[in-house]
Amino acid sequence: MNKKPRSLIRIIIPVVLTLVTIALIVWPMLAGGQYVVLDPKGPIGASQRDLIVISTILCAVIIVPVLILSAVIVWRYRDKPDNKAAYEPNWSHSTKAEAIWWTVPIIIIGLLAIVTVRYTYDLEPSKPLAHEKAPITIQVSSLDWKWLFMYPEQGIATVNTLNIPADRPVKFELTADSPMNSFWIPQLGGQIYTMSGMAMTLYLQADHEGKYWGSGANFTGEHFGEMRFDVNATSDEDFDKWVAEVKQSSQELTTEGYNALAEPGTSNVAYYSAFPEGLFQNIVTKYVVNGQSAHSKHGTSSEASGAIQNATDTSNQDEDKSAN
Amino acid sequence: MLEGLKEFASEFFVTGDPLIYGAMVAIGITMITIVAVLTYFKKWGWLWRNWLTTVDHKKIGIMYIIASIIMLFRGGVDALMMRLQLAMPNNEFLNPEHYNQVFTTHGTIMILFMAMPFMFGLFNVIVPLQIGARDVAFPFLNSLSFWLFFLGAMLFNLSFVIGGSPDAGWLSYPPLSELSHSPGVGQNFYIWGIQISGIGSLATGINFLVTIIKMRAPGMRWMKLPMFTWSVFSTCIIILFAFPILTVTLALLFLDRFAGAHFFTLDLGGNPMMYINLIWMWGHPEVYIVVLPAFGVFSEIVSTFSRKKLFGYKSMVFAMLIISFLSFFTWAHHFFTMGSGADVNAFFAVTTMLIAIPTGVKIFNWLFTMYRGRIRMATPMMWTLAFIPCFIVGGMTGVLLSVAPADFQFHNSYFLIAHFHQVLIGGVVFGYFAGLYYWWPKMFGFQLEEKLGKWAFWTWNIGFYVCFMPQYAVGLMGMTRRLSTYGWDTGWWELNFVSTIGAFLMGVGFLFQVAQIADGIRKYKSLKAPADPWDGRTLEWSIPSPAPEYNFAVTPRGDDIDEWWEEKERRAKGIYPPEQPLEPIHMPKNSGIPFIMSVFWFIAGFGFVFGWLWMAILGLAGVGICMIARSFSYDTDYYIPVDEIKRTEASLRGSV
Repeated sequence: MNKKPRSLIRIIIPVVLTLVTIALIVWPMLAGGQYVVLDPKGPIGASQRDLIVISTILCAVIIVPVLILSAVIVWRYRDKPDNKAAYEPNWSHSTKAEAIWWTVPIIIIGLLAIVTVRYTYDLEPSKPLAHEKAPITIQVSSLDWKWLFMYPEQGIATVNTLNIPADRPVKFELTADSPMNSFWIPQLGGQIYTMSGMAMTLYLQADHEGKYWGSGANFTGEHFGEMRFDVNATSDEDFDKWVAEVKQSSQELTTEGYNALAEPGTSNVAYYSAFPEGLFQNIVTKYVVNGQSAHSKHGTSSEASGAIQNATDTSNQDEDKSAN
Repeated sequence: MLEGLKEFASEFFVTGDPLIYGAMVAIGITMITIVAVLTYFKKWGWLWRNWLTTVDHKKIGIMYIIASIIMLFRGGVDALMMRLQLAMPNNEFLNPEHYNQVFTTHGTIMILFMAMPFMFGLFNVIVPLQIGARDVAFPFLNSLSFWLFFLGAMLFNLSFVIGGSPDAGWLSYPPLSELSHSPGVGQNFYIWGIQISGIGSLATGINFLVTIIKMRAPGMRWMKLPMFTWSVFSTCIIILFAFPILTVTLALLFLDRFAGAHFFTLDLGGNPMMYINLIWMWGHPEVYIVVLPAFGVFSEIVSTFSRKKLFGYKSMVFAMLIISFLSFFTWAHHFFTMGSGADVNAFFAVTTMLIAIPTGVKIFNWLFTMYRGRIRMATPMMWTLAFIPCFIVGGMTGVLLSVAPADFQFHNSYFLIAHFHQVLIGGVVFGYFAGLYYWWPKMFGFQLEEKLGKWAFWTWNIGFYVCFMPQYAVGLMGMTRRLSTYGWDTGWWELNFVSTIGAFLMGVGFLFQVAQIADGIRKYKSLKAPADPWDGRTLEWSIPSPAPEYNFAVTPRGDDIDEWWEEKERRAKGIYPPEQPLEPIHMPKNSGIPFIMSVFWFIAGFGFVFGWLWMAILGLAGVGICMIARSFSYDTDYYIPVDEIKRTEASLRGSV
């Protein structure tokens, strides 16, 4: 009596498991989701995708055989009266075997370490991208709970929307006037923290024109989930046209306007035809005590060293008076 | 007067949410029921004498495990609420503020009030038995550790009906956790709940370190130690170095909030990054603290249920110790994206991936323990077998995360969430379940029927994959952690919906386990366990189930790694150990001080939470008085006479 349902369960379970696995692989493709991380649209994102693929393959080299081996061992040595496989209860040491499985992971991890270290230096976020065109600088500040983008060369600013020229490196300078957030445009490249009291540098580039999206990736309280923004990568001409349009049709961001914007709360997309001189530096140095920032020496590559200094250079020189 | 009272009540109690009103009513009813039942059956004295004041490591272990399972329920309900909220886009089941509280308490409870006590429960029940000891090194301190944990956990849990829960994430990064951004009392509950229970954790670490160093059976040299005990030893080393960091970090945060200090504030020279470094210097080793004992459990189970010696004992020990050492060199991988530069990132990337080497070796050793063995599919072994593929995959995604530039894309995304749940559920939770099933007969003296247990096993496992595999995918689609809601335009909802189904399957698995235990308790008389139900290998299986209060009538020897297995082999050949005369056994007396002192800690903590200094001082004074009282108690031990040992042994062994 008891025998039948038992064997039925034994068939049902693997079938269900297989179906679930297949469904999980196929479902997202049908569902119209987009694997943005694996579908990069710029050189940084592409290198990171390559690195993800390389490291996955290196790991798979070891885990796939181990998974198969586990299944085989469990099946072969299960406790069945008619199991004829060898049984050696006291076999518990083999120098040769152990040497093999200490060595194999060491080699794999060694290879992975070499790859990782190389890519870590290559993809250091503050390292400028090689390109015939000079990079455009955009200053990013995360506020509670919106993104403020300032274009020092163009003199305009936007909130929760970002326009960049395609096929040209973008130098992001980032800080926060609120808890630490993280600036992430998956299709262009990985994220970096925005932190108060310091300026970070992140180079990204969009190869093609198009609309990508970015978000704040680090929890900063109640409405952090609404810190999403569109990234419009356009041709140089369209970008210039857009700048001219913003200059013409938008209001200026005043100091009072900024202070109101920095108050906790969400915001719609907004455009400003101008912003206060040195605003970014003022945000960075807002919490500086006696002219000394805890992070004044932050960043290691020569480009990033003294990130605040760097940020200072890019706009006019009349900054910092208030801080000193 | 009445108005004042009303105003106080509306601030003191959390109001406005029907879910919370429901919880308040449920808490009230449960408390009244407990009090009524205890009074009706006249069990108050029994509760006090047998449980609240006990210094018996086995009973303390059982209390730890019960508390932990209750916390698993609470943390699990939090998880299901989050999954319900995320099942559909633009859902309004939980508002963002409430959602933030739920994920903060979920994380805090699962790590600190579920995993830690479950682990300490297994330590307590098993370590003294495995090393042939009568008790832990400091039984009084052991009881104090438990009550500190328990009342700390209660203080933390109180927050959701009184005062409001913390909502700055389970590691409470400043400035979110500072007064400027969290002016309510929630963060104070977080600080004091963890602080009080953390003192207990540190004490337990020291206690077991000393127990293992000093109280091993004669003949049990270091390289003869059972593997679970080795795992406890390496865990305690990490606890010893990691928990003081947590204590100091939380103390500094408290000073910021309470005394207007500026250690971690944005202004006046404070530095939030300092907190983030400190908290992860504790937080990452903490991960290894909870997973190493699970490795110990698996080692015991694989060997027992394959009826074979553990393969590569020395490798296993070395691997464990090297993991506990390396665990202190990985913390910065939690903020690869803070722009610390390529040198720092490369260093921490490599030290992080190095841990995969000893971990991989352990997997091979477990596999080759099974190789040429005879594998019995009892519940503990099934959990162990389920752990292997789960942990291999989870470990691999961990290695992927450790590749610093790739982590720029994984960081803070659901890929990360899926990874750490896979290692923590697949490694820690499966491990502790396996341990609980394995040692259940030794703890309670009866065996659980396996049918419901197998249902639980399959629903848990299928539920796990259905829940977390889609989260890897949705992470690669750009979904970030701690989002309380998302739009239709993201394309994330199908995967989230599947994930929610999986979460509920795991919930069903938990219910099967509860049913299994309830069923076992109902029939425990007919399920009586023999001393050695699994044909075990280590010393705990040589004594009756449940173990008598003095554990071993005569002190055993520990000359071999699998001493009890070897002893059985010798007996089969007709070689019996010489009969040893019984001697009176020296035992510690029960004490109410640990419980009372912890209650005073609770009172002090509650006072600090609300900034009521009079109450805090009252509590701390009580703590001081308890310490003085303890220092004057000279009558702290007694001897169990030989006659009584004979009677106990006869009744325990006779009934088997």
